[in-house]
Order: sequence, then structure tokens, then C-alpha cells
Amino acid sequence: MTETDAHYKAPEVAGYADVPHEAKLALFDQVKADLRFGDYLYGCYECGICVAACPSARFYDFSPRRIAQAAARQDVDLVYQQMQEDIWECSQCFSCLRCPRGNNPGGLVTIMREVAVRNGLASAKQALVGYSRIIYKIMSTGTQVSPDMLQRDAFPDWGPETADVPDHLDLWRRALPAETMHTTTTGWSVAERTLVELYFIWLQTGALDMIAEVDSGLHAILQELMEERLEEEGIEL
Amino acid sequence: MPSEVRGPIEVRRRDKPAAPVADRRSLDDPRAELLALESQGELVVQKIDREAVTVLTKYGREKRIQKAHLWHHKSCGQCGHIPGYSTAIFWVMRKLGYDYHDPADQTSCTAWNYYASATSNSAAQAAVAVRNFAAAYESGYFPLIHCGTSYGHYKEVREELIRHSELRAQVRDIMAKLGKPLVLPEEIVHYSEWLHALRGEIAAQQVRDMSGIVATVHPACHYHKIVEGDAIYDPDIYGGQRTAVVTGLAQALGVEVRNYSTWFDCCGFGFRHILVQRDFTRSFATLRKIEVMKEEAHPDVVLTHDTGCVTTLDKSQFAAQAHQRNVGLAVLSDAQFAALALGAHPYRVCQLHWHSADYRPLLEKMGIDWEQAWAEFQSDLRRLESGEKRYLDWDDVGG
Repeated sequence: MTETDAHYKAPEVAGYADVPHEAKLALFDQVKADLRFGDYLYGCYECGICVAACPSARFYDFSPRRIAQAAARQDVDLVYQQMQEDIWECSQCFSCLRCPRGNNPGGLVTIMREVAVRNGLASAKQALVGYSRIIYKIMSTGTQVSPDMLQRDAFPDWGPETADVPDHLDLWRRALPAETMHTTTTGWSVAERTLVELYFIWLQTGALDMIAEVDSGLHAILQELMEERLEEEGIEL
Repeated sequence: MPSEVRGPIEVRRRDKPAAPVADRRSLDDPRAELLALESQGELVVQKIDREAVTVLTKYGREKRIQKAHLWHHKSCGQCGHIPGYSTAIFWVMRKLGYDYHDPADQTSCTAWNYYASATSNSAAQAAVAVRNFAAAYESGYFPLIHCGTSYGHYKEVREELIRHSELRAQVRDIMAKLGKPLVLPEEIVHYSEWLHALRGEIAAQQVRDMSGIVATVHPACHYHKIVEGDAIYDPDIYGGQRTAVVTGLAQALGVEVRNYSTWFDCCGFGFRHILVQRDFTRSFATLRKIEVMKEEAHPDVVLTHDTGCVTTLDKSQFAAQAHQRNVGLAVLSDAQFAALALGAHPYRVCQLHWHSADYRPLLEKMGIDWEQAWAEFQSDLRRLESGEKRYLDWDDVGG
């Protein structure tokens, strides 16, 4: 493999745009720069224990062993291909932590996903289609899933019992004995001051800015919401 | 490696000298590391300050589980979609007479989204965790984590903060701007560990006979795989080769726990998959878990101890019926099961009407008249509809 225009799949079948080697190297450098990278990769025996334990390997063309190997060999072309294709198939169950070398392929995938999101890679945009509502919910309300998400059209495969929920939602929530759980749009009642502190964290750590590349509209909405709320509270960034 | 540190085999053979264990995947003693950092002024450690039960971890460390005065770190998936999971945890604690705090000053750990979308980073995740721990610290109550993913993720965060001074500095700076310390609890404790530690007290108050019940146990990945050394193991349960939580509780309640070959497999949750790629989730949950359990163990119920596992195993069975798959197995959390054993109402407390897989045969086997129980719950709802009460409270549900 040369270091110029090398790719593991021909462009016409790859399903994503090839980029110069320098661009791939820059992405891999970002992966390596993550402070956790050294904690997650120690080498590979090629024993395949991680693959045997991996649920995604049973259903997709996905291999945690290849994730660890590509990173260990610093094979930037293969790492790029994995960032465009493989990483979104990982179940993040961390069964691969069974690795006898102490590798964490699932953790490597986490870092690779972060870099894919931050750089607006096509795979990240595609993987997060339909996910905007979830990101909005967690970043703006502090809880990820809410009772009012249980709608027939969203979960038709979960059976008639789930379809019953929206018909009785307010009543069923009021029947819960825990005072914090009478909510319908959030999992529980989150204090206003708590939300302000969460917004401060999203803005201070650059977590909000990460989604600018994959969903600029959502980013703009959340940024306005958070900055306005912090300004009302008199908190300076 | 300290000589007192022991692995699963060494735990089993308590009378034998400890041998070094090579394949460690997490810190031997995070508690000691935290206390060392505290002595250097790097962070604050919230101490266990009430009566505690001592249990053993996978690496043989003694871990203390505080019994009372606990700060409940709720789970967004439990509270949102399977609320009887959360109410059962509270109810059991009330039944045993232990005080707690159910805070509004708590966000989700945000790890479900992080593992699904990666739209966050290690600094943000650590800051969210520490902000919640600081809220617990300010309250004086000791944190108890409801969600397996929160528990696993917070242990990841703890390791990252221990290993990386630059991350500590970044999070300390953010916390200082919020007027809070960088604080972590002496132990990170999952509610299923609390149930396990108190299983004797729970069994002592048991009012329903569970001796005819056969269960399979699904150990939650984010409980026993992430930062594995800190999960609870017991030489008398699976010979110390599998986590003891859930199984230990079920056995204490008289349940027959049967083995099945795919116990190590995940449930199929997948984080992003359960929401936007459910063909994978349904397939894995039914083909690799529910069907294998039914074929090999013939259980009445599968017991598990995490938000995503209950959701996935319970909700994935409906669509599989259309393909004549061998499904139809009740799915309960260990907390709901313990509550039922202690006499909890299946709808007022355990909220089983939010579940999808048929739980009624299980209730009948427990001697519970579910039709009468449902009529009682409907009567409660009429009280709310009539305006007699705005909300039910713990007195209304026998708590």
C-alpha cells in the first residue's frame, strides 16, 4: 500500500468519498491524540476472542479485532474506511473487553466516532439521521428518553401494550407514587438550576460545538437556547 | 501488584496464597487511588458514613455498600419507559425502613446518548458525572446508581480522572466555576449491588412463595464488563466465575436459577440500534437470548438489572411472534421481582402495564390474582380522574 490515494475499496463501490492520505492521517492523529487512546490499545494477539464475544460481528461485516489491529498498525487507510463504514455498527456493549491483552476495541470505536462527528464525516451524518430529536432531548432537558416518546408510529414493533401508553399517559404518570416522576416530557422533574449547570458544561467542554458539523440547524437551536438561559442566570462563559 | 489483591479463582480459594493475575482490565483498587489523590488535594472523596455491608469484587477487593441515607441517581430509560423499575427500587427501600433522597437536582449521566451518537467528549462526560456526584455530596446522602450504563460509565469516568491529571484539572476548573468541588464517592454502587448486599433482609420479609419459580438471569454488560474489577463476585455463586448480583438475590428468595449457554451475550440493545436500527436489536434479543433461554432452561421469567436489558428483552418479543419464533417470556428487573416477593402490588408499584411480554402467567404462578389487581389499579385511576386526588402517593400504594 502506498501513501498516496490508497484506499481499501474502489471509489465506485466504497459508498463514500476518498480523500488524500494527508487528510486520513490528520483524522487518525486526532484519534491518537485522545487521552484515552493509550489506555485502550496494547497490541493484538489476533486470537479473535473479541470477535467471538461481539454481537455486531454476528449480524454485520464488523470485527473488533480489525479495529484494534488497524489502530495498532497505524493503517490510516483502513482506519479511515472503518470510520466511514464500520464504527456505527458497534453495539457499545464492551463484550470485547474480554481481550486478554486488555485492549478496548469498543473504546477505540467511541473515540473514532467522536472524531467522525467532530469532522462531519458522511458516515456520522448518515448514522445520526433520525437522531436529532434524541440529541435535542438529552442536551436541552437533561434526560434522554421521555414517556411521551412512546408513540405508535415510533414503536410499532413493540406491541399493543406500548401503543396503549399514549392514550393514558398523563393519568398513568399521575398514578406513580414518586413525586419526581409525574412528568410526561422528561423522565423525571429536573430542577431549573440543574439544567443551567448542564448547559454550562456542554458549552465549556465543546460538546455542543461537536454537532455543528453533523447538524448545523440543531446546533444553532441548542446554542441559542443555552446561551439565552445562561444570560438570564447572569452566568458568563 | 499488591499481594492482597485476588482474582476470581483466588477469591474462591480464600485459604490459598494469592497469585498475581495478569489480565487485568481495570484498576486494582480505585478506592485507594481516590483516597491518595484526595490526600494530595486533587479531589474530594465522599465517604460512606452509615452502616454498610461488605462484599467482594471480581478482583477480590472488599467493597462496602451503604444501607441507608442514599441519594437515588435515577435512570432516564427506567423513569421514562419502565417506571415500575424505579418505583420498585424506592418501594423496597421504604419497605426495609431505610431513608433516601429522590433528587430533582440530577441529570441523566447522558451516556446512552454518548454511546449511541458520540456527540460528546470525555471532558463533558466527566463533568456531567462530577456535577451529579457534587449534588449528592451537597445533600449529604450517598449516591446509589439506578442504571447499569450510568454505573459502568461513571466507573469509566473515575478511571479516566484517576489516570489523567489534565482531565482532572479541566473538570476541576469547570466545577469551580459552578461553585462545586471535584468530588467522587468512595464507592460507585449500583442498586442491584444494594439488593444483593441486603438479600438476607429482603428474604426475611418475603411474603410470597417463589419456590416454584424458574428464572434465567441476564447479567448486564455495562455492569460486569466495563471496569470489570469492581463488579460483585461471590465464591458461593457460580463458583466466583460470574457476577453474583441478581442470581444471589433470586436464590435467596427461593427461585431456581437455571443456566443457559449464551449468558455472556449482550441483550442486543446497541444504544443507537434500539432507537434507529431495531432490526438488529430484535434479532439479537430473540435469537441469541430469549429463544436460547426457552429452549435450554424453560424459565418462567428472565431477571436482569439494567434499563436497556429490560427494555430490549421485553419489547423485542412482540414482532418475533409474527415469524412464529419461540418467544413469550416475562421480563422483570430484580427490583420488581424483589418487590413482588415482599408483597408489592403488580400495577400500583411494579407498573407492569408498561411491559410488553406477557407477565400474567408468572403472576399466577406467584399466586397473584392479576385481574383483581388490575381492577384495583383502575379504581385508583378513577380517583385521579374524578379529581379526588391529583397524584397517588406512597400511602396509596402500600409504601
